[in-house]
Amino acid sequence: MNNPVQPAPETLAKQLALVIDLNVCVGCHACVTSCKEWNTSGAAGPLTDLNAYGERPTGTFFNRVQTFEADSYPDTQTIHFPKSCLHCEDPPCVPVCPTGASYKRKSDGIVLVDYDKCIGCKYCSWACPYGAREFDEERKVMTKCTLCVDRIYDELLPPQDRKPACVKACPTGARLFGDVKDPDSEVSQAIRERGGYQLMPEWETQPANHYLPRQITLSTVPQAQPNFRLGDFLNGEPASGKHKPGSGAMEKDAR
Amino acid sequence: MKPALSIILFTTIAGAAQGMVVALALATLAGIAPATALAPMLWAATGMLLVALVASFFHLGHPLRAWRTVLMWRTSWMSREVIVLPAFIALVGGWALLATLAQRDAVAPHWLAGMAIVGAVLLWYCTAMIYACIRFIQEWAHPLTVVNYTTLGLASGFVTAGALAVMAGEPGFASDIAPWALAATALAWFTRALSLRRNARLKPKSTTQTATGIQAARVVQKSMGMTGGSFNTREFFHGASAHGMRMARTGFQVLAFALPILLLAWALLSGSALAWLLALGSQAAGLLAERWFFFAQARHPQNIYYQAVS
Repeated sequence: MNNPVQPAPETLAKQLALVIDLNVCVGCHACVTSCKEWNTSGAAGPLTDLNAYGERPTGTFFNRVQTFEADSYPDTQTIHFPKSCLHCEDPPCVPVCPTGASYKRKSDGIVLVDYDKCIGCKYCSWACPYGAREFDEERKVMTKCTLCVDRIYDELLPPQDRKPACVKACPTGARLFGDVKDPDSEVSQAIRERGGYQLMPEWETQPANHYLPRQITLSTVPQAQPNFRLGDFLNGEPASGKHKPGSGAMEKDAR
Repeated sequence: MKPALSIILFTTIAGAAQGMVVALALATLAGIAPATALAPMLWAATGMLLVALVASFFHLGHPLRAWRTVLMWRTSWMSREVIVLPAFIALVGGWALLATLAQRDAVAPHWLAGMAIVGAVLLWYCTAMIYACIRFIQEWAHPLTVVNYTTLGLASGFVTAGALAVMAGEPGFASDIAPWALAATALAWFTRALSLRRNARLKPKSTTQTATGIQAARVVQKSMGMTGGSFNTREFFHGASAHGMRMARTGFQVLAFALPILLLAWALLSGSALAWLLALGSQAAGLLAERWFFFAQARHPQNIYYQAVS
């Protein structure tokens, strides 16, 4: 039930987030494996794998790439859909935590779990409509995307590497990273100019992560010649708006 | 949602203990409390609450850190429950101790009975709000969740009190509260049926379209991104068939409400001890099934993201 005394979501000055471009994601899962590699080796890990070489391998991941199909033939589209914690500005998973292990950082808006305080009651995962949290079956604590908090501020890394592992791994540049509260940032511009949207707006969680919609790209190459008839072509009669064969421009048109 | 045995046991056993404490408190206020059985019944309630508390620990990944759960009482209903539960156990245990020491000649402390009622209601409220406050689990996000935790607890508490009374050789007290047990069970059936009716008509607010933002009439998942399952596919899917769900829905209403009402009517008319015990057994089984159904029926919006393996 909606709690009428719920305080208005506080607005932070800075909110780091990912902007995911569905237009160019090719579903290669490089972000998934890169995320797993970085986070299983770092402060957030290890991310347990169970039955890794068995019939049904399962493990803890912070990031998944899913595939959806939209519309029907002949307009069918395949959309690859990366999914991780959205670092909501009003995260429903945080206030329900009985120990305070789940928290949202005031400095940059990242939603984190303190693994030393987590009792593993899983209540926060129930309170996330996106299924962004995964319980680690071996460590018995709730885990989630940290936005690579142990990487983005690491001054030992070259500045261009101070980005989440998934962003660095993406071969098509489908993942942008930055401060969505800074209107001049790359992510804010992308959201503004390319119709960036949030997932499940109906629950008013105000996800910080945004998605850029897939755009149907129409070919700019001229369509097959209209009213083309072989006889006309052989007789040297041009179709409307088309060049005569052998005029030198045909090769370019037909490409 | 996947029902967890630890939570099913915790909520049903604690609910029955709370109901029994309310029954004994009301009887104390009305001056009809059982003379010899009051203390043992209060001890039984204390024991049931402790068993429930132990069961709840099995839900935790790190039980030794459980003390931390009292910290976030400002925002978390689970934290509030964790504060109220031990306080209520202490209250009931204290009353049991007092009843044991005072024996039968002491005046029943009305303020203690009143506090016990308040404590039981507070605990029901906290427990139910853990579920009712999650706004996107639409089956739970309704005041009926709080109402049902209360009425189901009251019904099972009155039935438990009556059954324990006949076992403790207080058939008089049992026949005194038989009409109350009957009424509480009928009321619980009514309020639970209201929520069943509401849930049957619910239209999920989230769709594949809102979950992905893909604007098309037809959006279906072709791959969830893994083949061997994950926490998301284990925690939020109950795995029962539609037929199984219908069976559970009918079964818990028969076992928890219909049969106990008939058995309690029999007990009311004949004073039969067997009827009380059968009513207790039937309702206990029915309420365990009811609690299983309560969790299984909740459709979590995250399931939209986990529809197809590949």
